[in-house]
Amino acid sequence: MNIPLLYAAGGVILFFLGLHALFVRVHLLRKVLAANIMGSGVFMVFIALAARAGEAGPDPVPHAMVLTGIVVTVSFTALGLVLAVKIEQTSGRSRLPRKGEEGA
Amino acid sequence: MTLLSALFDLLLLATLLWLAWRLLASADLFKAVVLFIAFSLLLALAWVRLNAPDVALAEAAIGAGITGALLMVALGRLSPEDACPHRLHPTLGQRLSAPLLISLAVPAAVAILLSSLLTLPETAAGLAPLVTSHLAQSEVAHPVTAVLLNFRGYDTLLEVAVLVLAVLGIWCLGEAQVLTLPGSVSPVLLGMTRVLLPVLVLTGGYLLWLGGHAPGGAFQAGALLAAGAVLWLFAGQMLSSRWSDLPLRLLLLLGFQVFLATAAVPVLQGNLLLAYPPGWAKTMILLVETLLAGSIAAVLAAAVIGGRPACAPQSFPPAGQADEEKQQ
Amino acid sequence: MEIRELLAALLMLTAMPFFLAGTLGLLRFPDVFCRLHALTKADNLGLGLIVLGLMVQADSWQAAARLLLIWLLVLLAGATVAHLIARQALRTGQNPWRLS
Repeated sequence: MNIPLLYAAGGVILFFLGLHALFVRVHLLRKVLAANIMGSGVFMVFIALAARAGEAGPDPVPHAMVLTGIVVTVSFTALGLVLAVKIEQTSGRSRLPRKGEEGA
Repeated sequence: MTLLSALFDLLLLATLLWLAWRLLASADLFKAVVLFIAFSLLLALAWVRLNAPDVALAEAAIGAGITGALLMVALGRLSPEDACPHRLHPTLGQRLSAPLLISLAVPAAVAILLSSLLTLPETAAGLAPLVTSHLAQSEVAHPVTAVLLNFRGYDTLLEVAVLVLAVLGIWCLGEAQVLTLPGSVSPVLLGMTRVLLPVLVLTGGYLLWLGGHAPGGAFQAGALLAAGAVLWLFAGQMLSSRWSDLPLRLLLLLGFQVFLATAAVPVLQGNLLLAYPPGWAKTMILLVETLLAGSIAAVLAAAVIGGRPACAPQSFPPAGQADEEKQQ
Repeated sequence: MEIRELLAALLMLTAMPFFLAGTLGLLRFPDVFCRLHALTKADNLGLGLIVLGLMVQADSWQAAARLLLIWLLVLLAGATVAHLIARQALRTGQNPWRLS
C-alpha cells in the first residue's frame, strides 16, 4: 500500500459518494454535481494507477484517457444543466416527476 | 522528506473526500457550487502530486473554470430550491428500498473494490516503456500529446464529436438568454477584461505551442481561450448577427471537420484510419491542434451561453410553411 | 546555493501568518465587506511573498518572470472580483456592519 494506491482508494470512495448522492438527492442540479464527483473519482483511480510506474515515468495512456474524460464531463455537464433549466421552465419543478404527476 | 510528502498527500486526500461529502450534503445550492469549484482546484493539486501536469492544467481550466461558470449561470436561471419536497403517501417498500439498497449495496461494493485494489502491485510500468520506444516515430516530443493525437487519435476524434453533439443538443433546447445587460456592467470588469483578453490569447497560443514538447496542448489552450470569450460575454459584449450566423457555426465545426478529414484521407489512399504519412505527422498534428483549440473555445463558450443565437430559424420547417399547412 | 535556499525558505515562512490572518478574517469578520477586505489584502500579500521566495529559487529569469506574472494576474483578478462582490452586496441591500 503506497501513496498512489491510497489515492486510488480515495477515488473509489469519491465514486460511491457521488453514486449515493445521484440516487438520493432530488434537485436536478445536485444530480449533475453528483455525476461530476463520480467522474472525478474514476479519474483519480486512473491517474493513481498510472502514477505507479517507477523510473519509466508516469504511464501517458491513462493521462490521455482522463484528458478525454474531463472534456466529455464538461460536455455532459453543460447539456445536463441546460436540460435542467428547460425542465424547470416548462414544468415548474426542478426535479424529476414522481409517479402519478404529469410527465411521469 | 518522504514522511512529510506522505503526510501532505494524506491531508490532501482527506480534504478532497471531506469537501466532496460536504458539497453533496450541503443544504444550500450556492454553497454546494462554490465548494465544487474549490474541490476541482484541490483536485488539480492532486493531479500535480500524482505526476500528471497536463491533466492538472486541464482540470484547473476546464473542471474548475468552465464548469464553475456553467454551474453559476445555471444557478442564476433556476428558481430557489423548495425546502423539503414531501413524498405523497410513500409505500413501505418505497420507504425501505432506497436506504436499504444504499446502506448494504454501496458498502459491499466499496469493500470489494478496495480489497481488489490492495492486491495490485505497488509499481507497474504499464504502457510507458512502449510509448517511449515509439515516441520518435510519432514526431512529437511529449508522450501525452503523442498518445492523444497520434497513437490514440481515434479517441480524441470521438471526443471532439461529443463536444459538437453537446452544442447541438444545447442549441436544440432554446434560444440564448442575455448573460449581462450592457448597461449594468461595472467599469472595473470592463477594464480588467480589456487587460486580460490579450494576455489570455497569448497564453493560449503559448500553451498550444508548448504541447509539442512539454505539458500543454489543444485542450488546455482551448479552455483558456474559452475563458477569455466567457469573460468578454460577462462584460456585456454580445456577438452581432454578422458573426453569430455563419462564422460561429464554421468555427464550431472546423476542428472536428479538419480532424475527420485528416483521419479519413489515409483510408481513401488505402491506408489505415488516422495513419499520418511519415514525415508529415508533426505538421498535421500542429494543424489539427490549432483548429481544435479554436473549436473547443467556441464550443465551451457556446455551452456557457446556453442557447442558440437569436437569428437562427426557430423551427423546422420554417414558420411560414407550418402556417400554410395549418390553414389547409 | 545555500543562501538562496535559506532566503527562499524564509520568505515563504513569512507568508504563512498572512494566509492565517486572511483565513481568520474570512471566518470571524462580521460583514461581507470586512471579509473581502481581509481576503484580498492578506492573501495577495501572502501570495506575493511565496512568489518572491520561488523566484529566488528559480532556474532561469524566464521562469522567475512567469512566476511574477502569476502574482500580478491573481492580484488583478482578486481586486476585480472583490469589487464585483461588494457592488452586488450593496445592490442587494446588505449594509456595512456598524459598531452599535
